[in-house]
Amino acid sequence: MLYREALNRALDEMMEKDETVVVLGEDVGFYGGNYRVTEGLYAKYGEKRVIDTPIAENSIVGNAIGMALGGLRPVAEIMTVNFILIAMDQIVNQMAKLRYMSGGKIELPMVVRTPQGVSKQLAAQHSQSLERFFTSVPGLITMVASDATAAYYGLKKAIELDDPVIFLEHELLYPMKMEIKKRENFDPFRADIVKEGKDITVVSYLKMLHDTLKAVPVFEKELNVSVEVINLHSLNPLDMETIANSVKKTKRFVVVTEEPKTGSFAAEVVSKVSEELFYHLDAPPLRICGEDVPTPYNRKLELLSIPTPEKIAQQIVYWGREHGI
Amino acid sequence: MGKSIVERAYYLMKLGRVFEERAKEEYMKGNISGFLHLAIGEEAVHVGATLAFGKGDIFVHYREHVWALARGISPKSLMAELFGKKTGVSKGKGGSMHLYEPLLNFYGGNAIVGAQIPHAVGAAYARKYLGHTEGVLVAFGDGATNAGNYYESLNMAALWELPVLFVNENNLYAIGTRIDRASAVKELYKKAKEFMPAERVDGMDFFQVYDAVSRAKEYIEREGKPYYIEFLTYRYEPHSMSDPGDYRSPRELKVFHDKDPVEFLKREGIKRGLFDENFVKEIDERVEEEIEEAVKFALESPEPEDSELFTDIFCEVCTDVVP
Ligand SMILES: Cc1ncc(C[n+]2csc(CCOP(=O)(O)OP(=O)(O)O)c2C)c(N)n1
Ligand SMILES: [Mg+2]
Repeated sequence: MLYREALNRALDEMMEKDETVVVLGEDVGFYGGNYRVTEGLYAKYGEKRVIDTPIAENSIVGNAIGMALGGLRPVAEIMTVNFILIAMDQIVNQMAKLRYMSGGKIELPMVVRTPQGVSKQLAAQHSQSLERFFTSVPGLITMVASDATAAYYGLKKAIELDDPVIFLEHELLYPMKMEIKKRENFDPFRADIVKEGKDITVVSYLKMLHDTLKAVPVFEKELNVSVEVINLHSLNPLDMETIANSVKKTKRFVVVTEEPKTGSFAAEVVSKVSEELFYHLDAPPLRICGEDVPTPYNRKLELLSIPTPEKIAQQIVYWGREHGI
Repeated sequence: MGKSIVERAYYLMKLGRVFEERAKEEYMKGNISGFLHLAIGEEAVHVGATLAFGKGDIFVHYREHVWALARGISPKSLMAELFGKKTGVSKGKGGSMHLYEPLLNFYGGNAIVGAQIPHAVGAAYARKYLGHTEGVLVAFGDGATNAGNYYESLNMAALWELPVLFVNENNLYAIGTRIDRASAVKELYKKAKEFMPAERVDGMDFFQVYDAVSRAKEYIEREGKPYYIEFLTYRYEPHSMSDPGDYRSPRELKVFHDKDPVEFLKREGIKRGLFDENFVKEIDERVEEEIEEAVKFALESPEPEDSELFTDIFCEVCTDVVP
């Protein structure tokens, strides 16, 4: 199965089960979705439940809010995260705040799904990781789906929740082959330890999780250590408990994300680790992130602008040696 | 319309056509990557509007190679950009969707649908403020006419009496969604009519495009007010190289292929005695050579240096303070 098919299955099952679940977005219906996540749903559920919208992101999210108020469970697709910026008022001022401003009277059971990240040579306006903009907004849940299991169970959970969820996917994961592992008790708010180890804790998600896992054998061998790798399913709320338990054991912390470093979500994780676990740490925490540049078109420069398995290994080895591992 | 304009138009339209056909080939060979949006079929609008508009700022979206060529960006620096090379018009940093040349008043491509429309209104404001009378041209697709900033811009250009020429390239589709499934108003020029004079013109016919834009340009600069033209046109290729494009009927494709703007201009030019077969042959050969040279240039050009990753983010002053 492909990653995108896991998302499709989640949507399909939720639509099957609950007829208030509707999907809306650009090209999601008749065309089947630009990344084919919604393929087949239009034929199966019809145009009233799989709604093709004009190019109007602000209204897509705004309408989804209205649909949620009106009794539906909308799943809005924003074609890529780059266009979600047009909907930021609806997300930040409306969607995230309605429950609070109404003293808890208003509920918005809705999901905004969108892929992000650097794909291949799509240039600056189409190659961004913007999780920081969502994770810094009180009232928003930001989930990420790093593999088919998280995609399938995570998206179903997001649709079931009575709160608004930003659900981030990654453009390069869509065509990747992977299986859904049976996890009936999947809890998106609990991070997964995907690999146990005792010397370094590495936290990551989305495409960078896969790149980190590729880098692991290299730097484990080079530094002669064993690494614990944690996969996040939710960025906010963040499962600090799992992270803390791991760091208390390993005493060293690394976070790997694709976004530019300055002001990143990674910075928030490092802040939390520093505040809460300072005396457990044997080395300064390390952020491995994208460079603080707009993404260039040229392939060589593009690869220089984001972490790759090689760079992740190199940076961890360098940092490890600096700090006496 | 002078003979030399029509000759120039044929040259540019042919240049655009062959450039893009070659770009498609080079994409398939792996020399070009990312999003490549071809305007094959839309050349009469891009070339006709640019030639008729003359001087003045031009803002367009990502389907922009032919606009750029018509504006005077060389095939070499354009092809090199698509190849991501240092010699490209944006140093290989922008790619197909981001071509700019302020020296030619070309403010280029935009990968965010509709984002260039308010830019054009602002540019017209600035030019007017600074005492210029020149108009500003902004082009956008049918899909963009459903976005908020489109309406905001129509309103503000009319409210502030700014000489903006709105050029709507109606090729019937926004990726896989046909206009009738996205727009409540099917005749798109009517979506502007309350704000400014607006008309619909055959965008496959260079003569009509040139004529309409010439009149419009004269109007916006004389009156200092905006004007709107909807061009009916068609993209023969899918939306981009990653679109299967299977949502269009063979019949529809045939209707528009029969109106091929390059072939039309060739036929009409000869028929009206504006140029002859020899001229066409000469131009066709020259264009082939130019594109061949452009590809050679792009292939042989160096990649940008690694250090280029960190340049062009700020001006020099700021580069000194921001590490
Ligand atoms: C704000 C925004 N939303 C969505 C997209 C994705 N997208 C790219 S092109 C396109 C269709 C635009 O169609 P149209 O305006 O008719 O221009 P055409 O491609 O036909 O020239 C869409 C939806 C985008 N680039 N920007
Ligand atoms: Mg269109």
